[in-house]
Amino acid sequence: MQGSMSKDVMTTLVVSAALIWALPLMVSTYTLTILIIYGMLGLSLGLIWGFGGIICFGQAAYFGLGAYTYAIAAINFGESTIPMLLAVIVPAIFAALLGLMMFYGRLTDVYLGVITLVVMLILFKFINSTAGPQYVIGNARLGGYNGIPGFQTLNVPGDPSAYIWGDAYFYVCAVMLALVFILVSALLRSSFGRIAVGIRENETRMSLMGYDIRARKTILFSIGAAIAGLAGALFANWSEIVTPSLFSLRQSAEIIIWCIVGGFSNRVGPIFGAAGLAYIKILLGQQSMVDNTLIMGIILVVFVLFLPKGLVPAVAELWNISFGRRKRGASRSGRRVRNRGKANG
Amino acid sequence: MAEIVLETQGLTMRFGGVVAANNVDFTLHARELRCLIGPNGAGKSTFFKCVTGLQTPTEGQVFMRGEETTQWMSHEIASLGVGIKTQNPNVLDSLSVFENIWLAARRFHTPIEANRKSQEIIERLALSSIARADLGQLAHGERQRVELGLVAVGDPWLVLLDEPAAGMSAEDVERMTEIIHELNKSAAIVIVEHDMQFIRSIAENVTVFHQGSVLMEDHVDLVMADQTVRNVYLGKKA
Repeated sequence: MQGSMSKDVMTTLVVSAALIWALPLMVSTYTLTILIIYGMLGLSLGLIWGFGGIICFGQAAYFGLGAYTYAIAAINFGESTIPMLLAVIVPAIFAALLGLMMFYGRLTDVYLGVITLVVMLILFKFINSTAGPQYVIGNARLGGYNGIPGFQTLNVPGDPSAYIWGDAYFYVCAVMLALVFILVSALLRSSFGRIAVGIRENETRMSLMGYDIRARKTILFSIGAAIAGLAGALFANWSEIVTPSLFSLRQSAEIIIWCIVGGFSNRVGPIFGAAGLAYIKILLGQQSMVDNTLIMGIILVVFVLFLPKGLVPAVAELWNISFGRRKRGASRSGRRVRNRGKANG
Repeated sequence: MAEIVLETQGLTMRFGGVVAANNVDFTLHARELRCLIGPNGAGKSTFFKCVTGLQTPTEGQVFMRGEETTQWMSHEIASLGVGIKTQNPNVLDSLSVFENIWLAARRFHTPIEANRKSQEIIERLALSSIARADLGQLAHGERQRVELGLVAVGDPWLVLLDEPAAGMSAEDVERMTEIIHELNKSAAIVIVEHDMQFIRSIAENVTVFHQGSVLMEDHVDLVMADQTVRNVYLGKKA
């Protein structure tokens, strides 16, 4: 349980640097940027579902809130630094309020999923119906189904005319994902993270140990929303327009599929699942012979049937079997045990 | 007279028309060890759940060290320093023995102190050889022992155990008895139990439940010799 955080940070930095150097040699930085953003979004759901056991069918709500908050604030402030901060804070506060209602109301399992889904659909409906001129926040018109275009994109802090775009924007997004990954790793290694894993495993036992699971779930849910909000803000900068489709059911379903395919209960799985499936979708979008939704559906069915834990845990298990990593103490029974890192991802 | 650590006054729990616990008055003093016995459906487990905050009683009051805890949730009661073990092993299956005990210790100690306390409990409960094994892989008796470790690591002043010896081998029961006696040096203990041999080996005073009410409360030998209690256990009219 006591792992070396510094080793984790070093590994993350080395792998990130290698990928940041190698990937642009194969794929355009424009495409890589959106894959990174989706990876961050996948990580946000992986954190709350995989480590906190919170079933959330509406993670797109916080992604959309982050994007809209950024766009609205960027129009009003005329620069990007404060809007980026607000894009993290607003979804976090929204999720905290929703979490207070859900977790202190003792909602569990599928009811959580239904509530989060319904909240996302309400936001989708609401934003879609804001086409009229009366729907204005400061100088920003919400724009209804047309969305909000033409806002200030990312700039060097303190200099609104120094835009960060193209390859530079890719590097910013990559560094941000690495930072978020390191922060999530630190969180999961902390007492709070270990307790969250305990709550995922057995809420009653953790409660009998004296832990208030409602407060901890609310905080974790809020952190997941903050990460999704950051991804939303980065998406808004990438696409230069935000539309109600960010809150759509399709968007939420895709995030869940990314996490299922990549693997929930680890930090890397949702990122690879998101980036991999989004890239496949981009490639499929370049042809018209096969409907890409059909292909995505087939991939999901194959994974659910044959690799229910997801790709990354399956590869890790294969690695363990091949190289025979065993836990001390379990060897007395000669039984192979799972990866020790699972509790911390 | 020792301090009263647990008291219920008129505790009643109804499920629709069924009265599972009926006007139960119960008192437990510091460092006392009391077994709750009775046939199936007597209301022992319902009483246990009401006291531990897993259920809220329909009527009556629960006091712990003089503080009313009737409406409290189980995490609030556990935070007082009350160790609770439920009927079925309630552990974190995919985490190791050490991780389980560390999480229980962390609630009351700093991370470093939690490490030390966990190690200490693991050695005391003879769990060192399986400390890194996942709970899901262990035998029933080992899981029960680990759960007792979760209870003990918080240095409780009141321990509430629901059928700790259920499904255990004679050797495991013997070890469990030792651990409970060790715990009893610093904590009052309530044990809900069926196994009369285990009860005789561990308790002096027992409370007999029947049809949701307290039928008798006395020394274990007197209770076992009582004809009414025998009739209740044999299913005859009390």
